[in-house]
Amino acid sequence: MIHKAIIAGFGGQGILMMGVTLANAAMREDKQVTYLPTYGAEVRGGTANCTVSVGDEEIASPIASNPDYLVVMNAPSLHKFQSILRKGGHCLVNTSLVHEKSIRQDVKVYEIAASEMAEELGDLRAANMIVLGSFLKISSMVKPETVLEIVDETFRRKSPEVMERNKEALWAGYRFFE
Amino acid sequence: MKGMKKVIGRPKYLKEVPNHYCPGCGHSIIHRLLAEVIEELDIRDRAICIPPCGCAVLAYYYIDVDMVEAAHGRGTAVATGMKRCLPDRVVFTYQGDGDLAAIGTAELIHSANRGESITTIFVNNGVYGMTGGQMAPTTMVGQKTTTTPKGRNSVTDGPPLKMCEFLSPLDGTAFLARTSVHSPKHIQKTKKAIRQAFQTQMNDEGFSMVEILSQCPSNWKLSSVDSCRWIEEGMIPQFPLGVVKQRQTEPS
Amino acid sequence: MKKNEKVLLRGSEAIGEAALRAGCRCYFGYPITPQNELPEYMARRMAELPGTVFLQSESELAGINMVYGASATGTRVMTSSSSPGVSLMQEGISYLAACEFPSVIVNIVRGGPGLGNIAPAQSDYFQATRGGGHGDYRCIVLAPAYLQEAVDLTYRAFDLADEYRIPVILIGDGMMGQMMEPVVLPEFRKDLPAKEWAITGAGKGPSRFVRSLLLDVHVEEAHNWKLYRKYQRIERREPQSESYATEDADMVVVAYGTAARIAKGAVRRLRDKGMKVGLFRPITLWPFPSKAVARLAESVGKFLVFEMSMGQMVEDVKLALNGKAEVELYGRPGGVVVTPVELSRILSRRYNAMQHEA
Repeated sequence: MIHKAIIAGFGGQGILMMGVTLANAAMREDKQVTYLPTYGAEVRGGTANCTVSVGDEEIASPIASNPDYLVVMNAPSLHKFQSILRKGGHCLVNTSLVHEKSIRQDVKVYEIAASEMAEELGDLRAANMIVLGSFLKISSMVKPETVLEIVDETFRRKSPEVMERNKEALWAGYRFFE
Repeated sequence: MKGMKKVIGRPKYLKEVPNHYCPGCGHSIIHRLLAEVIEELDIRDRAICIPPCGCAVLAYYYIDVDMVEAAHGRGTAVATGMKRCLPDRVVFTYQGDGDLAAIGTAELIHSANRGESITTIFVNNGVYGMTGGQMAPTTMVGQKTTTTPKGRNSVTDGPPLKMCEFLSPLDGTAFLARTSVHSPKHIQKTKKAIRQAFQTQMNDEGFSMVEILSQCPSNWKLSSVDSCRWIEEGMIPQFPLGVVKQRQTEPS
Repeated sequence: MKKNEKVLLRGSEAIGEAALRAGCRCYFGYPITPQNELPEYMARRMAELPGTVFLQSESELAGINMVYGASATGTRVMTSSSSPGVSLMQEGISYLAACEFPSVIVNIVRGGPGLGNIAPAQSDYFQATRGGGHGDYRCIVLAPAYLQEAVDLTYRAFDLADEYRIPVILIGDGMMGQMMEPVVLPEFRKDLPAKEWAITGAGKGPSRFVRSLLLDVHVEEAHNWKLYRKYQRIERREPQSESYATEDADMVVVAYGTAARIAKGAVRRLRDKGMKVGLFRPITLWPFPSKAVARLAESVGKFLVFEMSMGQMVEDVKLALNGKAEVELYGRPGGVVVTPVELSRILSRRYNAMQHEA
């Protein structure tokens, strides 16, 4: 079984970092994984998105034309991707920046005001980690403990402070949907 | 002969083979000068020449150093690749006016601008020799060639390019000189310039080039003597001789 | 990094790192999307490795000639580009082939002709496998489909280049260059064999020269015979391919690189539905694995060539099968990457039509 997720937002929201963290965690769990960012001229406009595929069998295409999960961090991303989400798929929306509802009636929508939550935690930039935490809860793609390990390794040397804040944000997002 | 002292002979590193150059051609003189300088600087063991496309493509038959033939115009790029791998060698390109000032302009400018520690021997005879006498970027205005039968027109063909002056503002160029081989005096000056250019490279000061005005009697349709006169009277006013640039380096 | 540890790497970085570990000491190249991450990686990484040269050239033309110069000295060297840039390099590749200078050229293929776009495509198949520049020559062409394979083939490319003194082209596309997949990196190569033919200055010995101008017709002919015999040797020894689910297949899809990944996914779907479809994946595009595909024709009646170009590799399949089996093309112009689901639908239609005819 292979699950595919598209994570989308604008540049600077840490979209690609969410994808790479997720992919690293999947690798750590010995799963098959691919990560594919948008590239070239497309990213110059300030939008950013990436596709992460995780499964227990060889992944044929790293592209998701019909993803199981969609994580939208801003309104243009909802417009761009909601139509391709698989029927019965899961759509995680950052309502701090997306003030409209998905037009899809056949998918499950999860809403979280990630920016406000991040501000409460004291760092607006941690919004992506909150959403990633929520995504882990919703998708069960990888274990949150594995993601914590990756976050630990990524930030420990750069800044233990940022590392702690990211971990905290991740848990906050995870627990939000408990 | 008894009582006589040998004052001149074949340079050690000029191979003992007859050359293919036309009578009165400047290439053979320049080859000889290179062989002499290589001997005097004692760099035969570590000199590498990049011969061009053009009449001098067969330089490897004459000058006794390692050589790698380059595609037309790409000499300085090839030299860059070699010198970056072998920084203690003396790497020089030997290029004609089409090779250097037309098809290879980009490679030349950027190699010079990077200050590649290489030397370019630029033979400027104002005409395409090997392909049969077509216009070169350095052909004089009014000069007849097979592709400018009525003479080069500065409006439609542009005026001749002065490469030394062109490269001179670049920070990477350390030594630029224009000389000629149309008289013994000028031949000696050319040799001195080649020597200085190599020394510039050996001191790792930057890019060095000697532009040598050279006679091409066959394509100019002139006698050897008239060819030398054409350099003096026709070319030198357009291409003034002398050291165009010599970067002063702080003694270390 | 621990030995044999899996790391998550971007395709371009994986190729770059594998090259450095294979002993590549020089990189020359000019930026072009979608492969810029490769020169950027090399610039970063080579700054940490003593004795290496990274140089951003003023053009692909200059870049490939710097490769030529570096290779002439016996140094392991590479360049990378994407389709329009590789077109510019063709002159230099012809000279590399003529002078038998080993070199590795990565082509992250983009859509064309002309400026095209930066999406994945396979439209440079002819250019890569037919020599590409002027003259009668070939380059070894390696086409990985997975990043681990990209690492392994990059590593191998330098050995092949040295062994046969030939330019080796590693061909991929933007998807492969940009995507990340776990890979295990090989060890750094040490003690590479000396190259007695390298031009490094004559030293105390006789002076040498390397050239491709061979005015004497007999000398030129002898040189081309020599190259031809070398190419024959490579054709005998070096073809590589993967066969997947072909043992009992009635129909075999032939695809390479990204297209082969998609095709494998599609074949798996069809197998789940009980359709006897297999995949043949050339890993070397030149030499083309003709014998291996011809062997399949002993039991397989139909071959469907899926390529992201409109009929290039299909010619090699037809030449290899020489009428022994039916060959059909499903070409897609580069840019849009077909999904495994979409491809499986197309394959199943062809499969059913074939069963119906039978």
